[in-house]
Amino acid sequence: MRSLFLITLLVSSSAFSQTIKIGELNSYKVFPAFLEPYKKGMELALEEINASGGVLGKKLELVTRDDGGNPGDAVRVAEELISRENVAVLMGTFASNVGLAVSNLAAQRKILFVASEPLTDKIVWENGNRYTFRLRPSTYMQTAMLIPEATKLKKKRWAIVYPNYEYGQSATASFKKLLKAAQPDVEFVAELAAPLGKIDAGAVVQALADAKPDAIFSSLFAADLQKFVREGNTRGLFKTTPVFNLLAGEPEYLDTLKEETPDGWWVTGYPWREINTPEHKKFLAAYQKRWNDYPRQGSVVGYTAVQAVAAAMKKAKSPDTEKLVEAMKGLEMPTPFGPIVWRPIDHQSTMGAYVGQLARKGNQGTMVNWRFADGASHLPPYEEVKALRKE
Amino acid sequence: MGWESILIQFLNGLAGASSLFLVAAGLSLIFGVTRIVNFAHGSLYMLGMYLAVWLAGRFGFWVAVPLAAVAVGLAGFLVEFLLLRKIYKAPELLQLLATFALVLVIKDAALWAWGPEDLLGPRAPGLAGAVNIAGVAFPEYDLFLILVGPVVLAKLWFLLYRTRWGILVRAASEDREMAGALGVNQRWLFTGVFALGALLAGLGGALQIPREPANLNVDLQLISDAFVVVVVGGLGSIPGAFLAALLIAEAKAFCTGLGYSEATLVIEFVIMAVILVGRPWGLLGRAQAPVKSQEIAQAPSGFPIRGILIAGAVLLAALALLPLASGGYTLVLLTDMLIFALFAVSLHFIMGPGGLYSFGHAAYFGIGAYAAGILLLNKITTMEFALALAPLAAGAGALVFGWFCVRLSGVYSAMLTLAFAQIAWSAAFQWNALTGGSNGMVGIWPAPWLASKTAFYYLTLLLCAAGVSFFWRAIHSPFGYALRAGRDSPQRADASGIDVRAVQWAAFTIAGLAAGVAGSLYAFSKGSISPESLGIQRSVDGLVMVMLGGIQTLTGPVWGAALFTWLQDAAARNLEYWRAVTGMVILVLVLVLPNGIGSLFQAKK
Repeated sequence: MRSLFLITLLVSSSAFSQTIKIGELNSYKVFPAFLEPYKKGMELALEEINASGGVLGKKLELVTRDDGGNPGDAVRVAEELISRENVAVLMGTFASNVGLAVSNLAAQRKILFVASEPLTDKIVWENGNRYTFRLRPSTYMQTAMLIPEATKLKKKRWAIVYPNYEYGQSATASFKKLLKAAQPDVEFVAELAAPLGKIDAGAVVQALADAKPDAIFSSLFAADLQKFVREGNTRGLFKTTPVFNLLAGEPEYLDTLKEETPDGWWVTGYPWREINTPEHKKFLAAYQKRWNDYPRQGSVVGYTAVQAVAAAMKKAKSPDTEKLVEAMKGLEMPTPFGPIVWRPIDHQSTMGAYVGQLARKGNQGTMVNWRFADGASHLPPYEEVKALRKE
Repeated sequence: MGWESILIQFLNGLAGASSLFLVAAGLSLIFGVTRIVNFAHGSLYMLGMYLAVWLAGRFGFWVAVPLAAVAVGLAGFLVEFLLLRKIYKAPELLQLLATFALVLVIKDAALWAWGPEDLLGPRAPGLAGAVNIAGVAFPEYDLFLILVGPVVLAKLWFLLYRTRWGILVRAASEDREMAGALGVNQRWLFTGVFALGALLAGLGGALQIPREPANLNVDLQLISDAFVVVVVGGLGSIPGAFLAALLIAEAKAFCTGLGYSEATLVIEFVIMAVILVGRPWGLLGRAQAPVKSQEIAQAPSGFPIRGILIAGAVLLAALALLPLASGGYTLVLLTDMLIFALFAVSLHFIMGPGGLYSFGHAAYFGIGAYAAGILLLNKITTMEFALALAPLAAGAGALVFGWFCVRLSGVYSAMLTLAFAQIAWSAAFQWNALTGGSNGMVGIWPAPWLASKTAFYYLTLLLCAAGVSFFWRAIHSPFGYALRAGRDSPQRADASGIDVRAVQWAAFTIAGLAAGVAGSLYAFSKGSISPESLGIQRSVDGLVMVMLGGIQTLTGPVWGAALFTWLQDAAARNLEYWRAVTGMVILVLVLVLPNGIGSLFQAKK
């Protein structure tokens, strides 16, 4: 028995030297609906990379940790990944506050951090640092993607509802700023803040109706979105008032709505059934084969994040942090959503998102009339970014 | 806002009040009779939601609701019978620890059984549409809910005031021992009450599914609201709970309706603070008769015997030498443990010897952390001065809040501490310019000479060891004895010239100050701070550490803090269902060591 134990130990320690570790931390238990598919996406990418020979002649290894959903625990977990697991790269996080805390730690400990999911603009702008790169289109970018359709409607009176924390607040601020710029006569007649996860949907719907808006902009998601949709449907709020809702087209949030899916809402999302580009078809087939399930938005994010780390290592020809940081700047790579660039100026990837309208088909919600919005064309001018980023 | 809108918002409030009342009624009933602070009540509600969605898919909504309620009632029965029965004799609040463990287990069980995605339930057949009220479409189902609240209230009233069982329940709430002496089988009474309370929670959850998807976050979101309703209404008072639910739900609806939607974040806690300051036993509550078996509190151990002192010194020496042997992550984890040890010991100081329960101790931890961040990032002082000054801010907060809290007793006082903590939390959450809002602040790193893990570890060790020994010494000082006297017999203490409230107030402030030290160390060890550091979860963690360690032991809170921190770290690293495993371990410890881990190290008298 003991000798067996020793052998395992030897084998695993020799395996140790032949892998390059990615330290991934995320709030798996707090946001499981997004992060379970995300994990599957990561594992698929890892298997593909290792099947084709790994990177730098070594296998990639993923060390995942639960960050407990709060910055304090996340920083401790990140420290563990850095000092005990000797990971070459940190990756992950979901909520903005956790992402920012880990990003700051990465700068302090001088290790590359690929923030896969957090949407906050600050992580690449106000609080941006040399070691942090962010994959997903930010709150600002996704809001900007909805602006062309919002402007086209030529509606004057807008009401806004948002979850009361940084994501909702900055979505609201960006929306107001961008729409006002595109359509100077616009008026914002109501702004309703709902405590995250605890929206008083009936009262919110009535307050919105009181404001008599021509259109509504919302950044609600998950349980808040479902409550809002059901109350609004029952109370007839959406019959005559068009609604724009960030993220509502992502399968994580859309699929739970089923027959409640509100027709005609403009959303950002991921119409996975209908994207026919070769890179997406390849990803979809591989994902379905591996997991016997369809991909969610999280799957694409997890898959692409791991691919990005591998691409950076290949470009840097080394797992050394400083070389990796330089390699990440301007790194071009393919993704299931098409090619992206990691911008040298602010370390934001140009990954895009799909913009379209919700529609009910049978008792399922889908996206129709959709188009792909490239991330690169929904970012503020370079001067603005430079001014925000105090490096 | 026209009169139609006022009417509709009023109806919205009524519908919300009904859902809130169902949960709060069960919680209030359970507390009134068994004195259990049932932290798992929100989990039972969540279970009711999931079961109802699941059953509705098979048998239809109207069958699913009663089935789900009964199933949750049965679950409540099992919890009481298999677990809580075993620990009624244990120190007060241990039940809180046990039910906290259940929260963890039930959450993971629901994730395992129903998966990670939210489940939106069906609309209620027959009540799926809307009726026209004053020209506005209002959901039929909400009208139904508005009726359910008063009906349940009437039924409960009938049960409590017109049946023999109800008389016995009320007798047991008034005077548990007397009821027992007159031959009432308390055990089954308690079981029955707990099962009924659970059934009401399950019913509340099941009835909510046409309005809200079953999701895994609902348990903790609901429990704080339910506690607030119970306390505002007056513990154990069912009509009080109804009134409070009405007040809070209407306040929320009108905050939204009148354009103060940001206030919905914290309005219930503001209401609770105002009411408790004005009416110390809630709207319809009365001063609770003390439960005699719980009145006899153990003295915290006498002077630690020599063996323990030597062991402590050896441990301290080992901790001091550790950086020579091990670097890196061990130091990071130990730094966390030491910080939480100081936090738990400071909480224990007011809870154990002081007898003042605090459900909001994280407020002072968080104020310390934020003060450190604000002082440093705004370049007001250097890091060293920030570390020295930040605890004073926490102490000042405790000085102000403490003045109110020591005027109340028992769970009311505890809930007032929670209200203040939530108000502080919402200030941190909402005040973007000063605190960075929900994102918090980043870049709070120690000065270069303290930046290495080893240096910061030594700093933490020094401050925390000093803090902990200060409290241990204080317990055995005249001040500590006066504090204990005030806990055990306020009248006698008063008669012998002790100003009980002043002593308690001073203790509360000192404990807040020390929590502030822990908080500012925490901020510098993490480099960032965000509102969670003064949220409910952190306060509960503190309680768990104290209870795990043993509330009437001297060294217990240190062991509790170390074990809980280590357990979470190790379980989260190695296991998928780590929350459930953490909960299980706590449950085992509750059953095996009801007096806490610290009791193992206690000198026998």
